[in-house]
Amino acid sequence: MMGKSLFPQGCSMKRNLVVIGNGMAGARTVEEILTRGGADLFNITMFGDEPYGNYNRILLSSVLNGTQQEQEIFLNPIEWYRENKITLHVGVYAESILRKSRCVLGADGTIEPYDKLIIATGSRSHVPSLEGVTMDDGSDKPGVFVFRTLDDCREMAEYARGSRGRAVIIGGGLLGLEAARGLQSYGLQVDVVHRGLHLMNQQLDPQAGSILKTTMEQMGVGVLLGKNTTAVLGEDRVTGLRFADGSGLACDMVVMAAGIKANAEIGRRSGLQVQRAIVVDNQMRSVTDPNIYAVGECAQHRGHVYGLVAPLWEQAKVLADHITGRDPSAAYHGSKVATKLKVMGVEMAAMGIVEPVDERDEIVQFTEPKRGTYKKLIIRDGRLIGAILLGDISKAAYLMQVFDRGTPLPEERLSLLFDIGAPAKKITIEEMPAEMQVCNCNGVTKGALTACIKAGKRSLNAVMEATRAGMGCGSCKSIVNEIIEFACGGEVEEDPSIHFYVPGVPLSKPDLIRAVKEQGLRSVSAVFGALAGGKEDPASKPGLASLLNTIWAGEYVKERDARFINERVHANIQKDGTFSVVPQIPGGVTTPAELRRIAEVAEKFRVPMVKLTGGQRIDLLGVKKEDLPDIWRDLGMPSGHAYGKSYRTCKSCVGTDFCRFGIGDSTTLAIKIERNFQGIDTPHKVKMATAGCPRNCSEAMVKDIGVVAVEGGKWEIYIGGAAGAHVRKGDILCVVDTHEDVLKYAARFMQYYRENAKYLERTYGFVERAGIDKIRAVVVDDSEGIAAKLDSAIQASINAYRDPWKEAYTAARATEFSSLLPVIQ
Amino acid sequence: MTATEMKITLGPLSLIPPGEGRSFEIAGERIAVFRTRGGRLFATQADCPHRNGPLADGLVGGSTVICPLHGWKFDLSTGAAAPASCTLKTYSVSLTDQEQLVLTLPVPEP
Repeated sequence: MMGKSLFPQGCSMKRNLVVIGNGMAGARTVEEILTRGGADLFNITMFGDEPYGNYNRILLSSVLNGTQQEQEIFLNPIEWYRENKITLHVGVYAESILRKSRCVLGADGTIEPYDKLIIATGSRSHVPSLEGVTMDDGSDKPGVFVFRTLDDCREMAEYARGSRGRAVIIGGGLLGLEAARGLQSYGLQVDVVHRGLHLMNQQLDPQAGSILKTTMEQMGVGVLLGKNTTAVLGEDRVTGLRFADGSGLACDMVVMAAGIKANAEIGRRSGLQVQRAIVVDNQMRSVTDPNIYAVGECAQHRGHVYGLVAPLWEQAKVLADHITGRDPSAAYHGSKVATKLKVMGVEMAAMGIVEPVDERDEIVQFTEPKRGTYKKLIIRDGRLIGAILLGDISKAAYLMQVFDRGTPLPEERLSLLFDIGAPAKKITIEEMPAEMQVCNCNGVTKGALTACIKAGKRSLNAVMEATRAGMGCGSCKSIVNEIIEFACGGEVEEDPSIHFYVPGVPLSKPDLIRAVKEQGLRSVSAVFGALAGGKEDPASKPGLASLLNTIWAGEYVKERDARFINERVHANIQKDGTFSVVPQIPGGVTTPAELRRIAEVAEKFRVPMVKLTGGQRIDLLGVKKEDLPDIWRDLGMPSGHAYGKSYRTCKSCVGTDFCRFGIGDSTTLAIKIERNFQGIDTPHKVKMATAGCPRNCSEAMVKDIGVVAVEGGKWEIYIGGAAGAHVRKGDILCVVDTHEDVLKYAARFMQYYRENAKYLERTYGFVERAGIDKIRAVVVDDSEGIAAKLDSAIQASINAYRDPWKEAYTAARATEFSSLLPVIQ
Repeated sequence: MTATEMKITLGPLSLIPPGEGRSFEIAGERIAVFRTRGGRLFATQADCPHRNGPLADGLVGGSTVICPLHGWKFDLSTGAAAPASCTLKTYSVSLTDQEQLVLTLPVPEP
């Protein structure tokens, strides 16, 4: 039977490429060939022993311990083969290669002729020939497993679920520890039996191995070292193990993880040179037959057989360059092996040699066994030739790079082990050169600041006013303050206004709120009149307007001049005095009809730029002020509030509607949130997000308020996150069960923030200043008995909401939207 | 020519709500006119000398305006920036008995 029936004769100009092996090596190599135009050169046929498409074997332990689903680890599903016109003999074992007639024979009788052949058969678990490892008739003994394939994984899981006893892993290498981690999640007592004297002796030295052993034992995994297993006990299923020293261990399950062995038999049977694996040259061709390539764990290059993926990726590229003729001179020169991995939750990185081998070799070492931290570097002639990092791998990326490139190392060896780039700030400021820019928004240097301080300005506000430092995004304010402290030598003048809610009214926020309520001050001009001696401070106006709106909700007397231009014309002012228009699209979910309307408006008004915003909305930029009311009317959509110190937007992921992983309906929740909080004034902008699962695609943990669905139908509410000028992960406020509870606690927090934050204080600053424990006590546990008051106050604001766009184009304020009034002379 | 200034009627006071400003175009020149809540009137060049921000869209209080783009502050009566770095051109503006805004512009000598 010929396997080429899919292809008409017209394609026969192409040569036949057959790949034996459909694992990570085979499939990756084919991918590399396809990206080099291989589909035009070859008819590709693949043999896959396993009855699946191709999956990521490295993640099998995650499947075993249940943190990932089987379908999540698939790399190329069956459709991929169809789309790329690859004939896949799925579940067919390739038995032999007839090199003279250039054919591959499959176990089911398939015959595939080839012009070029790639062997990517990988490896299998090495099963030592122990007494009793199989039944007397040679069949598998129930309870004995290897850990290599998805089927192995399924069978192990099945067996582990049925028993509640002890599982023993033979082999304390990477694979063995991964299996231990996986099986522990089934509630079994797990022990690792290792022949060597320390764990992971391929990657670690004895000291690191012993730290790892302690960590594993703390996690409940038993570790037996220097144990040579001689027999598997049990008549009809596993009951225990016996060791060379005469001792034994009772168990119900045994997993063989004592190393891997290349699947090179097919090479040997067909006369290729095979040592530990199929011997290849620098082009990954068999040294025996130039039409046959081998790649991955079944290939041996310059004496090395690599069992990790990184070398495999490099090999696949060279092979593809060569076989497609893209780069006939492509050559593989071996890989420097560096790995970063996580075993039983312990992060580690290892590269190069584990022990010094030469007198010149210099060792740099740090140990902190109590915290499970260990770092060791081996340096020769100023270059890194080996490293082990355990526990803290923060330097791994840097070390792997200098290891791989052979870069000369800095003289200061300490910096190789630790990030010591940020010493105490006082020193930084002293050492900071005068020409260093402190304020990156307004380009103010340290020298300009110190000059200003020497000229007599001794408070933060005075220095900011004089230099404009800190008056852009504001993120450098604390450094400016430290420079003042440093330059004044402790004689900093505290500006009394830093305790005021706004600089123009000499009252703290609680005092101001009290005075406003007692005296019934409902407009900004009334506040200046009553509390600031009639002196109007323009910079204080928007803050007062926001606060009055918070206090009085529907009873607040609006004065447009108190608002920043954005809130007067309900759009965001741009650098050229034009505006940006963002219609409301709750949850970022829109419709073709809405999009069509937006498109028509954009064309009609010649909007110069249409852009998607970071908050999942559509932004029409460069709109002339006078066009705003007409655009709103034509859009027929409410304001998206992308301009104010107010609730802005709530991003969301697709949640449970279409996403394979969604466990909570995040889109519906985001829509409810937007409809609830639209236009609510806040001390600074409030950006929100909802995520339908902990993958957190909508980045909810770095929002002012973020909501994340977690298993069990629950929602985690995070507050105080930020990812702008300042980056901060939000703190968990509480975990709730329903959308309604999310709205309740988000609203209550929002009102607490509205009543207690300084003007222009983002939630990240407020949450840190007030303290998450205090906020949680008030908002969740009602420690101050004000929860009901907070709830009704924000509800009043929600009820008072009117869409400003609708109001604007019906309002009779003739000149509001004129950017330039003509004068007739 | 002996006249060194000319008076231009801009329109009724109601063009400018209290506490706000508006920009006018007069003979190719852009001029911002402000009306404070205290009832005073000011006129300056319309564009901020920093980055051409529309000053009429700024926040006004007392005799100060804050540019909406980057927060530069100017004294409306003198045109001086705070901190001092540059100065706005200022003009004289007044109100007639019929509540009409009248701007007085200098006329360049021929």
